[in-house]
Amino acid sequence: MTAHELHNMLVKKEISCADIAESVLSRINRVESKTNSYIRVEKEKMMEEAAAVDEYIGRGGRIGDFTGIPIAVKDNICTKDIITTCASRILKNYIPIYDATVIKKLKEQRYILTGKANMDEFAMGSSNENSYFGNVSNPWDTERVPGGSSGGPAASAAAGEAVCSIGSDTGGSIRQPASLCGVVGFKPTYGAVSRYGLIAFASSLDQIGPLTRDVEDCAGLLNVICGHDENDSTSINRKNPDFKSFLKDDVRNMRIGVPAELMVKEIDAEVKSTVNAALLKLEELGAKVEEISLPNLKYALSVYYIIAPSEASSNLSRFDGVRYGHRNKEAKTLREMYKKSRSEGFGDEVKRRIMIGTYCLSAGYYDAYYEKAQKVRTLIIDDFRKAFKKYDVLISPTSPTTAFKAGEKLDDPLTMYLSDICTIPVNLAGLPAVSIPVGLSPEGSLPIGLQVIGDILREDNVLKAAYNIERAVGFDKKPNIL
Amino acid sequence: MSKKYESVIGLETHIELSTNTKMFCGCKLSFGEESNVHTCPVCLGHPGSLPVVNKKAIEYAIKIALAVNCKIREYTIFHRKNYFYPDQAKNYQISQYDLPLGVGGYLDVDMGDYVRRVGITRVHMEEDTGKLLHTGRTGRISESVASIVDFNRGGTPLIEIVTEPDIKSPEEAKEYLIRLRNLILYRGVSNCNMEEGSLRCDANISVKKVGEERIGTKTEIKNLNSFKFLQKGLQYEIERQTNLLESGGKVIQQTRHYDNNTNMTKVLRSKEEAHDYRYFPEPDLVPMHIESKVVDEVRCTIGELPAEKAERFEKEYNLPKYDSSFLSNDKKVARYFEDCCKLYSNAKNISNWIMGDFSALLNKEGIDINDSKIKPANLASMLKIIDGGKINSKIAKSVFEEMFKTGESPQVIIEKMGLEQISDGGLLEDIIEEIIKENPGTVKQYKNGKKKAIGFLIGRVMARTKGKANPKMVNEIMTKKLK
Ligand SMILES: [Zn+2]
Repeated sequence: MTAHELHNMLVKKEISCADIAESVLSRINRVESKTNSYIRVEKEKMMEEAAAVDEYIGRGGRIGDFTGIPIAVKDNICTKDIITTCASRILKNYIPIYDATVIKKLKEQRYILTGKANMDEFAMGSSNENSYFGNVSNPWDTERVPGGSSGGPAASAAAGEAVCSIGSDTGGSIRQPASLCGVVGFKPTYGAVSRYGLIAFASSLDQIGPLTRDVEDCAGLLNVICGHDENDSTSINRKNPDFKSFLKDDVRNMRIGVPAELMVKEIDAEVKSTVNAALLKLEELGAKVEEISLPNLKYALSVYYIIAPSEASSNLSRFDGVRYGHRNKEAKTLREMYKKSRSEGFGDEVKRRIMIGTYCLSAGYYDAYYEKAQKVRTLIIDDFRKAFKKYDVLISPTSPTTAFKAGEKLDDPLTMYLSDICTIPVNLAGLPAVSIPVGLSPEGSLPIGLQVIGDILREDNVLKAAYNIERAVGFDKKPNIL
Repeated sequence: MSKKYESVIGLETHIELSTNTKMFCGCKLSFGEESNVHTCPVCLGHPGSLPVVNKKAIEYAIKIALAVNCKIREYTIFHRKNYFYPDQAKNYQISQYDLPLGVGGYLDVDMGDYVRRVGITRVHMEEDTGKLLHTGRTGRISESVASIVDFNRGGTPLIEIVTEPDIKSPEEAKEYLIRLRNLILYRGVSNCNMEEGSLRCDANISVKKVGEERIGTKTEIKNLNSFKFLQKGLQYEIERQTNLLESGGKVIQQTRHYDNNTNMTKVLRSKEEAHDYRYFPEPDLVPMHIESKVVDEVRCTIGELPAEKAERFEKEYNLPKYDSSFLSNDKKVARYFEDCCKLYSNAKNISNWIMGDFSALLNKEGIDINDSKIKPANLASMLKIIDGGKINSKIAKSVFEEMFKTGESPQVIIEKMGLEQISDGGLLEDIIEEIIKENPGTVKQYKNGKKKAIGFLIGRVMARTKGKANPKMVNEIMTKKLK
């Protein structure tokens, strides 16, 4: 069930928070051994908190949209007094001394934290095979990956191990796993949600967002987590709209562009045809669909794999074993302590990106790599700006393929990096975008996601388009694990 | 230094600002408190924490940049300077790089017989590091079993002021730093305490043959943290480099550490070992647009610079150059002087007292003019009383000392101590006659033409009256009586 359905039942007193928590817990008990969605499940705390919220409601407390709703939180978002690992050995026992701003906002709602969801280490990966705490499996086919890096949040929401979840998206880390797991995943405009307390991967690209079972829950969670935060200088100072007010049944005359650069040969035929079928339905509802070209999008992947690792190499240098996290105890010198602690603490993919980033920022290479990439990034932003003069939203597939088999791309990072070809340009331009499920592949019966991209701060258009697609397509399939 | 060589010196000065809170978080600035008390997720570099710029620090930085005649960049950003060291919580320092706050300034340094204009390349903002403490008896890193970090200082707003290589001698370097320090103290944006490390100085120095165009290979000297060390360290380094070149050797580009115990510089690292800081724009902070309106506002709040004030004193109060610059050097003294001038018109008299007895007493007690018990109104009325002939200047000294001690008004003190000058002609005549009778020998000498002997007799009168006699009248009456 969705959060808004549960909310209505709570209001009507047809159900208690304890009932909801118990049913989510029993699902976790049943399927967690197959999905490995969580790094840490807060079993006892969940029941305690649910009882406390029931008591609060009993006293006449206000029932917010997410009051008493069990939500999974990606393990790169700091939760005070609860271990937050980033799926890394280096933070295996790290207990944050403060709550992330989004956690504070969720606590104001009196949400129930189910646990800390599994992910690729430091959010680096597209298959959730880079976790120190083991791979996550796709609830539709446990042989397959859930996507990444928010594999845990996507799988837990899809498998009912949480009603919905909170993830983070740097190059597609919410939308791609949402697509592969058949849930809705939203990446807000850069700066719409505070990053304070989100353990940084690439600061200029990271953004927190919801993964839910429908667009309405998505809008509801945006209402909770968006908003200016004085602790984050990059957060946008605007009055929050009511995101739910954009869920209207009307796409007549909506102008939709389909970027040719996101419908290239790397996209599987079954993905293309499913997305095209959804587009046809929109046209039937009165939307105007046109193919367009954003020529600089073809550089997005290269630009991303310079900027993101560069920022990461600096962001991750604080993990040195000095103040917190894993420290090699045998080291005799400072250098040795740094070297051993970090060598032991980080996994291969993280090390690879730290090395790439360090190289790109080095004297003599900076101009050719980092600076050049920033210039091309500006061109990509310009392409989008021009496109949004003509179109309300852009639509593309979310992922070039459906969920692939575990291990399939692990030894081939370049093919793996292609998984994010459609989602990366959105982060580079700081735009809002959502992935919604629009069908199952004829061959493997695996979910296929469609991506709706809006202009900066035009979450309204994105939500409106997504809401109408959701209703037109009527996707109601459930994963096999259930 | 051999006359054949001349030195080329550039200075980098770090100044900790005296804002209430740190550069990028809300923690209090502190000194000498228990370790790691003033810390938070931001200044401890905890995962997920983000910096937020302290607006007051920007304002202070603008004040400093304006003080050294810099242009304030309209668009300025922070960079990350990446290097691993445990006194740095994030293993990068948030600093400024190619778009610093202030550029293209200068500072005129008065060397007595000439003025050296020192170009200021840049004024930029950054955050300070924490402090490493090495356990063990000596506190030396080589003899310690463990090192611990105190992050109380970590994140303190820091300003770096970089000069052009315009400084020609250790003496000029010292004068530059004194002048810079006074300017900043004047603006009230740092306490510039060199012992506590709130003002720190590094130097780049090279020597070349006189008249040669090409600048020689430079070394960077660290830890020149007092005026004396700055001068001595540079002197040593000039000698070292000159001797090297004289003996046919080459100066190697390196960073050297000045040891104030041995008064020598030692190699810290060579150019090959220099860090690659991998600077890149700090993505957690948005670029700053500093509008000229804001700069003007700051300019308005800072008032005159010492040099401007000295010039005004010279014109407005008709003071000699020396007096003007003495009075304007310290903002509080200047204000005190001007407050007195509002109540008493002879500015030179005020200046004399402030520069003379007043300064001596303040120095002796080690206090500020503001903390003195003598208020401008009392100094002014004392000067009026002297002018009116009620006390003489000698008596005034003791009145002044009493005012300094008790803070009472001069009228009260004069009355209490019975210090009023004796200007009663009849009374003085009686006393003078007594003295003449008691000293027939001296009177005889005087009458025999030894005119100086009158001084002794007047002195006796003054002693008898405990210095209260009106000296002018005593002189007149005595001369008349001795005829
Ligand atoms: Zn702090």
